[in-house]
Amino acid sequence: MSILLDGLSLGAIYALIALGYTMVYGIAKMLNFAHGDIIMVGAYAILSTLTMTGNPYVAVIAAIVVCTLVGILVEKLAYKPLRGASPLAVLITAIGVSFFLQSIAQLAYGAKSRPVSLPSFGNITIGGVQISVATVLTLVIGAIIMAALTFFVKKTRIGRAMQAVSEDRGAAQLMGINVDRIIMITFAIGSALAAFASLFYLMQIPSTSPTLGSMPGIKAFTAAVIGGIGSIPGAMIGGVLLGIIEKVCQSISVISPYTTAIEFSLLILILLVKPIGLLGKKRREKV
Amino acid sequence: MGKTKASGFMPRFKLKHYIHYIVIALFLIVMMILSSNGMLPRATITLLSRIAYSIILAVSLNLVVGFLGELSLGHAGFMCVGAYIGCYFANFLHTVIGSPLVVLILSMLVGGLVAAVFGFVIGLPALRLKGDYLAIVTLAFGEIVRNVIKNLPFFGGAMGLNTTKYKPASLFIVAFVVVLLVLALIQNLIRSKHGRAITAIRDNEIAAKAMGINVTFYKLFVFVVSAFFAGIAGVIYGHLNTPIIYTVFSYNYSIEILVMVVLGGMGSISGSIIAATLITYVNFVLQNKLSGDLAALKLLIYALILIVAVLFNNAPALRPLREKLNFRRLAEKFSKKVRHPENIRDDDAAWNRIDTKIKMDEILSVELQPNGAFEPDRKKKKKEEK
Repeated sequence: MSILLDGLSLGAIYALIALGYTMVYGIAKMLNFAHGDIIMVGAYAILSTLTMTGNPYVAVIAAIVVCTLVGILVEKLAYKPLRGASPLAVLITAIGVSFFLQSIAQLAYGAKSRPVSLPSFGNITIGGVQISVATVLTLVIGAIIMAALTFFVKKTRIGRAMQAVSEDRGAAQLMGINVDRIIMITFAIGSALAAFASLFYLMQIPSTSPTLGSMPGIKAFTAAVIGGIGSIPGAMIGGVLLGIIEKVCQSISVISPYTTAIEFSLLILILLVKPIGLLGKKRREKV
Repeated sequence: MGKTKASGFMPRFKLKHYIHYIVIALFLIVMMILSSNGMLPRATITLLSRIAYSIILAVSLNLVVGFLGELSLGHAGFMCVGAYIGCYFANFLHTVIGSPLVVLILSMLVGGLVAAVFGFVIGLPALRLKGDYLAIVTLAFGEIVRNVIKNLPFFGGAMGLNTTKYKPASLFIVAFVVVLLVLALIQNLIRSKHGRAITAIRDNEIAAKAMGINVTFYKLFVFVVSAFFAGIAGVIYGHLNTPIIYTVFSYNYSIEILVMVVLGGMGSISGSIIAATLITYVNFVLQNKLSGDLAALKLLIYALILIVAVLFNNAPALRPLREKLNFRRLAEKFSKKVRHPENIRDDDAAWNRIDTKIKMDEILSVELQPNGAFEPDRKKKKKEEK
C-alpha cells in the first residue's frame, strides 16, 4: 500500500514533467531535451530564494517565475530561429541547450549536490497507513494542476488555439492565430509545470545538483511516450504508471538494481509494438 | 576540385579522395619514427591512441547522423559493449595465445562483432521510428547497457573490469592502422552505390523507397556498421585504460562524440577526423588545468559548439550570411577563372564545350530561351550577384 502511494506521488512528478514534454511536442513538433534541466533551474531557484528570504512560499513563486522566463528565453533564442529547419537540427540544438543549462548551474553553484531545507510537514495516519503529508500534497496539487490544465486547453480561447496549432499549423495561421505566440505560451506553461515538478521533487529528495533534471527528464519522456505523445490525459496516465512501476521494481530485491533498464526496455518495447502509446492519435505521414 | 578541361571516360586518380589516408599515414610514420627514437613523451603517446579511437568513434557516428540522417545518442553504449566484451575475451585469450598482437586483433573483431549485434537490435526500432523517437531509443539503449553491465558480477561491477594494459607505444600504431582501415571501408562505402542509397534515404525516404531502394536493409546496415566500428574503438579504449569502468560510457560521452560530428560538419569525413583530433587534444590539455567545478567550462564549450554550429548551418534567417561565408564557394571564386557564359549554337562542336559533369549534391537547371541563348542557371545567378 505504501509502495503504491510512493509510486503515485513519484508518478505525479513524472506526469507534471511529461505534460511539459507532451504539450511542446504536440504543438511545436519538437522534443524539448532541455525540459528536464528546467526542473533543475527551478530547484536552484528555490534553493537561492530560500536561503535569501527563508520563506518557502516566496521561493515557490520565484521558481515558477524563473522557470517560465528561462523557458521563454530558450524558445526565443535557440528554437525559434530554427523553425522550418530539419528536425535533426532542432534536436541537436535542444541537447546543446540542455548541456548549456547544466554547465551554467555547475559554474554558479558547483557540481556537488546541495541540501534544500523545505519545511517538513510530518506524517499523518489514514486508515492505519502512515503517509507523509508531502506525498498527499503532491497528489492533491498535482491533480488540481492537471484538472486546471485540461480545462484551460479545452475551454479557453488560447487553449483552443493551441489545439488548432497542433492539428495543422498552416491552417491555424491562415485562421488568424499567431502561431509564434501560441508556441511561446506553450513553452511558458510547460516550464511553469516544471517548476511545480521541481518543488515536489525537492519535497521527496531534498537536495539539488546540476544533473538533477536529466534522469527524471528522460523518464518523464518515457512516461509521455507510454501515454501517447501529444495527449494530455495520456501523459498523466503514463506518468503515474511509470512511477508505480519504478517503485514496485525497487521494492523487489532481485530486480531492483535493474530498475532503470526495465523502465527503458518498456519504452523501447512500447515504441516497437504501439508507437502511438496508450492514448495517442494516429497520424498518417503525408508525402 | 580537380576539374580539368580534359574530358574522357577514363577513371581519374583524384587526390582529394586519398588525402585522408596520405595525411594520416604520413602522420603515423612521423610519430613512429619519433617514438622509436624516444622523442615522444609518454603523455603524447597516450594522447595519440586516444585520438585514434576518437576518430573511429566520430567517423562511425557520422555514418549514422550525417549520412543516414538519424540521431544516435547511444554511441557510447556500443563502445561500452565492445570494450567490455572485447577485453573480457582478451583476458581469456591471453591464457591461450602468446602473441599480444594476435590477441589484440582477435579481441577487436569479437568486440566489434558483438557491438554489431547490438547495433542490429537497435536498428530494428529504427525501422519503425524516426527522428526524436529513435534518438530517445538509442539514449535508452545506452543507459540500459550501463545499468546491466554495472550489475553483472563477472564484469567487475562498480570496480570495473581489469584488462591487460598494452604499452601505449605499440598500441597507438595498431590503433592508427585500424583508423586507416576504417576510413578506407567507410569512404568506399559512401562513394559506392550503397552510399548513394543511404544518402538518398536521408534526403527523402519515401522517394528513395519509390526508386526501389531497400530502406529496411540499408538502415539496419548502417546501424550495424556504425556499431561495429564503435565496438572496435571500445576495445582500443579498453586496452589503453584499466580498469574499464561503466561510468565513462555515459550519455555525456555520447554527446561528446556528437559534438565532434557536428563541429566537423555532418556528412563530412575529413571534418570528423579534424574535429575528433581537435576535441581530444583540447580535452587532454584541459584535463589537468580545469579541476573541480571549472570542468563545467568544457561542457559549456560543447553546448555552445552544438547550438552555434547548428543555428549557423540551419537557421532559415541566416541564409544570406551563410552564402557569404561559404568557404568552398569563396575558394572556387579565387581559384577559378570566371567563365563568361557564351552563346552556343546547336552544333556538335559547340555542345561539347559545355561541362556536362555533375558534381555530387549539385543542382543545375538549364534554361532554354527561344532565341537560342543557353546558360546554366547557377552561372546566371553568379553573374547577377556581382
